Amino acid sequence: MDELNGFAYILGDDINTDDIVPSHTLTMRDPHEMAKCTLEFIDPQFVKKIDKGNIIVAGENFGTGSSREEAVNVFKILGVKAIIAKSFARIYFRNLINVGIPGITLTEWNENTFSKGDNLEISLDNGVIFNKTKNIKVEFTKLPEFLTKILNEGGIINQLKKILSK
Amino acid sequence: MSKTVAEKILLEHSDLKEISPGQFVECDIDLIMVHEQLGGRIHKEYEKLGIDYVWNPNKIFFILDHWVPAPTISAAQMHQDCRAFAEKYNFIHNIGMDKGICHQVLPEMGFSRPGMLIVGSDSHTTTYGAFNCLSTGIGATDVSVVFATGKLWFKVPESFKINFVGELNKGIMSKDIILKIIGDITTKGAIYKSLEFHGIESLSIDGRMTISNMVVEAGAKFGVFLSDNKLENWIQKRSKEEYNVIHPDKEAIYEKTLEYNLSEISPMVAKPSSPGNADEIENVEGIEIDQAFLGSCTNGRIEDLRIAAKILKGKSINPKTRFIITPASKEVYITAMKEGLLDIFINAGAVVTHSTCGACIGGHMGVLGEGEVCISSTNRNFVGRMGAASSQVYLASPATVTASAIYGKITDPREVL
Repeated sequence: MDELNGFAYILGDDINTDDIVPSHTLTMRDPHEMAKCTLEFIDPQFVKKIDKGNIIVAGENFGTGSSREEAVNVFKILGVKAIIAKSFARIYFRNLINVGIPGITLTEWNENTFSKGDNLEISLDNGVIFNKTKNIKVEFTKLPEFLTKILNEGGIINQLKKILSK
Repeated sequence: MSKTVAEKILLEHSDLKEISPGQFVECDIDLIMVHEQLGGRIHKEYEKLGIDYVWNPNKIFFILDHWVPAPTISAAQMHQDCRAFAEKYNFIHNIGMDKGICHQVLPEMGFSRPGMLIVGSDSHTTTYGAFNCLSTGIGATDVSVVFATGKLWFKVPESFKINFVGELNKGIMSKDIILKIIGDITTKGAIYKSLEFHGIESLSIDGRMTISNMVVEAGAKFGVFLSDNKLENWIQKRSKEEYNVIHPDKEAIYEKTLEYNLSEISPMVAKPSSPGNADEIENVEGIEIDQAFLGSCTNGRIEDLRIAAKILKGKSINPKTRFIITPASKEVYITAMKEGLLDIFINAGAVVTHSTCGACIGGHMGVLGEGEVCISSTNRNFVGRMGAASSQVYLASPATVTASAIYGKITDPREVL
């Protein structure tokens, strides 16, 4: 998964796991039903506005709160390709990588760097985001190699399955 | 090299000779706690691995607590999925749904001891740090990795040393300490860090658990207390297993050192909609409430119920206010019953429920309606956390919650004690 392309969807600071999947959705047996409620309390139009292939660009402390991995899985179902944030909550970051969505930490960005709908191209191997709309390149700290490997396998379950079957 | 408690425990659980902060290490897990998440995502992810075993069915602690007894058909089906998985893989510690909330029951049963490395499918797994061990929350896929291999990768965290001096004044509780700390360092101030607590002797075990429980609201990975006689007496009553207490080296390196004089802490309230939105009680006194809630893995312990009973004895709750009390475990419930606390609660007009996470997560047993205001002894006051998106939650100590229930508005507990 070296080159990733998508359009930016901007979110703010401290988006928490209860915002992403409110607890009333957690006993739903169909993950696609749950995904229809994504961010319903704070951005009721989100599910309509998000397109397959979007890249979320957020502020600080993204995914703070619960360990509920559903808060990552709904974005996977909605086709989100990557999440860029100024910082991630610890459990959320692990969950992202584990299900195969790149979590990219970019400590500084503002409206001159990314706006809604900007066409982004991310190179995980080079640690560069190319904003084609604004024609600027931004560098980020690359993920450790063992995490990139998990992403390349499509998540840690796929990787572990291969290891266990050997 | 000199080490913090977190560095020592992670090193002991790895096959390395030396580790330092920032390094990635693979560690052996001593115990994993799972709750309803087993029937949520874990079982589906695990079945993808195509194996018919778990690494060690004796090192898995499985309990049902979030939606018990099942309030809906979908919750009941989730429980069915959980039970089927636990039976299929022969879990030894299949605790059931009658014992209480995971973070209270696991320590009560002596499963959290000094020096251990524990993970759990719940962010408040940090609670066991009160027992001088490392414990932290993980998601469903990481649980699957541990179920299959007994191992997990960790980034060795930098540590903050938090040193307490002095003692709490009457009516002030450890909840006030942790709300003060989160307010000071913010909800992102300790992301990925280990908070190491020193100067702990004056704090009860119950109180320490409240603090470790909420370190995750500052982003922390661990919230570990040093060990003392009080802790060892507690553990020896509940476990026959051997353990080694872990002390940090004198020259251990801390990224930050913070000192709190406990005698200067006053009642704290975290306003909607962040646990970091802490304020002193003077600034929120008088705000009218519809509901007061006492319970949860943060503050449903016997110490919490005792102070509530002390405040409530001979008084009634405000007729316009609902007061819901959920003991954190069956053991707490029985103790409160024997001590006569339940009589005091019920006679004052409170509703006492069985042990569950229900109200805290807006699940059942105290869900808030549109526009309602609640003062709660729980750990999160996010938008819609306890019910409707337009409801508002103020987080406070059990003493403040109880005093507020009497007057129907946010009240300083020092005025009624």
